[in-house]
Amino acid sequence: MSTPNESTPVPAPTSTSGAAIAVEVTGVGRVFGGRSGAVTALDNVDLTVAAGEFVSLIGPSGCGKSTLMRLIADLDQPTSGTVTVFGKPASVARENHDYGIAFQQAGLLPWRTVQANIELPLELHGTGRAGRAERARELLALVGLSDFGGHLPSQLSGGMQQRVAIARSLAESPSLLLMDEPFGALDEMTRERLQTELLRIRAETGAAVVFVTHSIPEAVYLSDRVVVMSPRPGRVQQILTIGLGAAGDRGEGIREDVQFFDQVGAVREALHGIAPAGRGMDLR
Amino acid sequence: MTATWSGRLRLILAPVLLGVVLIAFWQWMVVHFDLAPYVVPSPSAIWAQFTENLSRIATASGATATNAWWGLVIGVVLAVGWAALASSLRVIREASAPVVTAASVIPIVALAPVLYAMFGQSVQTARVMVAALAVFVPVYINTLRGLQTVAPIHRDLMRVYAASGWQATRTVTLPGALPFFFTGLGIASSLSVISALVAEYFGGPVDGLGHAITSAVSSSRYALAWAYVLGAVVTGVVFYAATIIVERIGLRNHPEA
Ligand SMILES: Nc1ncnc2c1ncn2[C@@H]1O[C@H](COP(=O)(O)OP(=O)(O)O)[C@@H](O)[C@H]1O
Ligand SMILES: [Mg+2]
Repeated sequence: MSTPNESTPVPAPTSTSGAAIAVEVTGVGRVFGGRSGAVTALDNVDLTVAAGEFVSLIGPSGCGKSTLMRLIADLDQPTSGTVTVFGKPASVARENHDYGIAFQQAGLLPWRTVQANIELPLELHGTGRAGRAERARELLALVGLSDFGGHLPSQLSGGMQQRVAIARSLAESPSLLLMDEPFGALDEMTRERLQTELLRIRAETGAAVVFVTHSIPEAVYLSDRVVVMSPRPGRVQQILTIGLGAAGDRGEGIREDVQFFDQVGAVREALHGIAPAGRGMDLR
Repeated sequence: MTATWSGRLRLILAPVLLGVVLIAFWQWMVVHFDLAPYVVPSPSAIWAQFTENLSRIATASGATATNAWWGLVIGVVLAVGWAALASSLRVIREASAPVVTAASVIPIVALAPVLYAMFGQSVQTARVMVAALAVFVPVYINTLRGLQTVAPIHRDLMRVYAASGWQATRTVTLPGALPFFFTGLGIASSLSVISALVAEYFGGPVDGLGHAITSAVSSSRYALAWAYVLGAVVTGVVFYAATIIVERIGLRNHPEA
């Protein structure tokens, strides 16, 4: 059973106009047909993400988080229901380059330098050489890799590659960022540093973010709202409003905050309501 | 890796030393057991023939190398073109598969006598054809595999960026296929020399290393035959080294696989 979505989303913590809606998912189902029978990856999912809002999707492996994100990105089409991005069908939003995306794998082109990787979307969309180089310089500074523009991805650590992928996703200053476990493959230290970096970037850009994770603290630390999903079939179980304050004001210190622990507990409780409890979950 | 001088020295010195030891042992065997030249001539006798007939050996190597070169060029161009077609058209891919599989298990050079009959004994066509066919197979198989191996995440990215078919081809498919192509080319470059040379054993014009080796043997000039074999070794190494250089240039931005 999916809990009805809040009718009015939490206003964006940034200055973006409160009424604008970044993502609207309505009655979405996705059934994968396989030889061994159909798999209902998503069943009747409703979700609204306001402009500038940071929403995390959390839930056990196989509950359809990636599927939902791919539907928003128009990398896949729903079996039923509709997905709109900034009021347009997802396919139109994709063709308009309305979102930036980062996956669990950095997915850099190994034969291109770091700078050329960041420039890729700009290059494909016709930005001139000088404009691309200028933007790449800004983004390299933003993710703290100014000295590495000329390196090949293979010369970088996993965490650095992931930062390059995030820089690439920001290249066209999208108003919507889609991130599927972008820090999933990283060690805890790197992960926490990148989380703080992401908060800062997000405060600077004012972009809405749909962020898939299976780490509860990560979801709580980053989000305005956390969407708890349950598997077989994938549904929205509960939506929790976090309210730890604006992204720009959220420092490392908040991880020690009582309110932070309360929210972590609340999300954990929501997840434990899902049977079988905690399968494939990261309860750190 | 072997950035240090001592490391590099060892890398070069060790094989050279081994070669010297083997040749010395070979020389000693021939002298000590007084082996007949038709069994095996001594390295010194081969070297004497090699230096004495250097210009003839160079001419013969040039003739074989020319056939191998044209076979390589024709084979690579056809293989890459056909692989491009096959990767975009399923019908062609599926229709070609059994033929290519068959071609990869039969020794192409076995076709030489038939091709001489088809194109005549007085022209190089049959030899070039044999080399081209031998080259086609590994280049086609590897290039096609490369063109079909696009990482799913790169495919997704191209869709995210709403890239056109040609943009996606240029940005991810072709660069991704390059290492596969060079793997095929590496195999093909040696094959082209071997095939062109062996094809000469079955007839054709009286030039080239293969012909020179057979005629030296039939006139019992064994050391000269071996000197021509040495010429073949040099030709093969030159072809291989050239491909390595081209590969280094072509893959200068690719991380080592
Ligand atoms: N392309 C696909 N074909 C068939 N089944 C799929 C496909 N993608 C996802 N699934 C199935 O859908 C369910 C949800 O998958 P996914 O969205 O990847 O989950 P999550 O990201 O939450 O771990 C799983 O049962 C998975 O096996
Ligand atoms: Mg997933």
